[in-house]
Amino acid sequence: MWKRDESVKPATPPAQTPATAPAAPVGAAPASEPRAQIGRDNVNIGKSVIIKGELSGSEDLTIEGQVEGRIDLKDNVLTIGPNGKIKAEVFAKAVVVLGEVTGNVTASEKVDIRDNGSVDGDIASPRVAIAEGAHFRGAVDMQRSGAAKAQAKPNAPAAAGDAKPQAQKVGA
Amino acid sequence: MADARSLTDFFGILGHRRTGESAATVDASVTQVAEVSYPTKALQKFLSCLVGAENPLILDLGPVVGSNVTFFGEHLGCRIRVEDVAADLDRHMKEGRLEQLPEYFAGRFTQAPGSVDGILCWDILDYLDRPAAQALATALCRLLKPAGCLLGLFSTAETRDQVYTKYVVVDESTLRYRTYPALRQRQRTLLNGDIIKLFKDLRVTDSFLMKSRLREMLFRKPAPRA
Repeated sequence: MWKRDESVKPATPPAQTPATAPAAPVGAAPASEPRAQIGRDNVNIGKSVIIKGELSGSEDLTIEGQVEGRIDLKDNVLTIGPNGKIKAEVFAKAVVVLGEVTGNVTASEKVDIRDNGSVDGDIASPRVAIAEGAHFRGAVDMQRSGAAKAQAKPNAPAAAGDAKPQAQKVGA
Repeated sequence: MADARSLTDFFGILGHRRTGESAATVDASVTQVAEVSYPTKALQKFLSCLVGAENPLILDLGPVVGSNVTFFGEHLGCRIRVEDVAADLDRHMKEGRLEQLPEYFAGRFTQAPGSVDGILCWDILDYLDRPAAQALATALCRLLKPAGCLLGLFSTAETRDQVYTKYVVVDESTLRYRTYPALRQRQRTLLNGDIIKLFKDLRVTDSFLMKSRLREMLFRKPAPRA
């Protein structure tokens, strides 16, 4: 009845930086031959790849192997596949976890722990989704969306003498 | 004409209601025994206790419930630390080390004393023996900030079901109870006086006996006098 105009539909999601290097492991020590596939702005690190060190880049990345150290994809999406095992501090725009992560995860947009995904560490992100059946152990820090409060003064922990709730109210 | 909330309360008075979604979820998972929704009154009080705080820290003693993390995060802009005490209990049960629980709880939490704004204790104390319950309650009181609050649920029914309950926040006035298998059944029902003694360093600010046969209690830590 209603036909979609297929000619308008883009074949791939909008490209960001197609010419950039996929990921630049600094001090990386792959245990086996890396099989990272470069394709359409999404790099895939295969099951047999082990990376120790710092992994950074400007393309979306899917990890099915093992990474230890630090992952920095500030403007991109990081997906930890079902076989992926990460022991690292993770920084990305969005993080989707289907495998195992041990370490703190910071995302500027969203962290999504899917069914059977596992995170052992603290999460900082404005949006967090944890599916039923996912494993999570740690703390979640979600800042109020749209509020300028995010950059407000840090909490003074354990200041026992001055802990009265502030009068300021935030409309939910 | 009654509005939606008042109808919810009205049905809550009559008894629990099953949601359409619940049946689907029960079918979807073998491990989930039942899922029902009940009204809550203490949750609103808990939220209003924390709403003025800047990036408060909440300690959730239940198993992780993704939608709860989202709910509290969006309502309070808070940090939530999930510490699944039921899993601790199951582990001790499995290893036959239940008598070590008091000692374990005394050193269980790594947060600094007086650093937590709110604690979601749920009903975990119902599953503990007196010494373990006291050790856990003491540890929680120590963690709480002055003026911080603790939400506890206590069964008033003599049920010995071997299930834990995940309390899923539907909204400020509704909780969905989602049971799942436990290695230990509920222990002796705690009386009001017993509960107050457990949290002797806190002040009871609200107590509601709900039709779900749970007593919802809200405690606050008194602020030190100047």
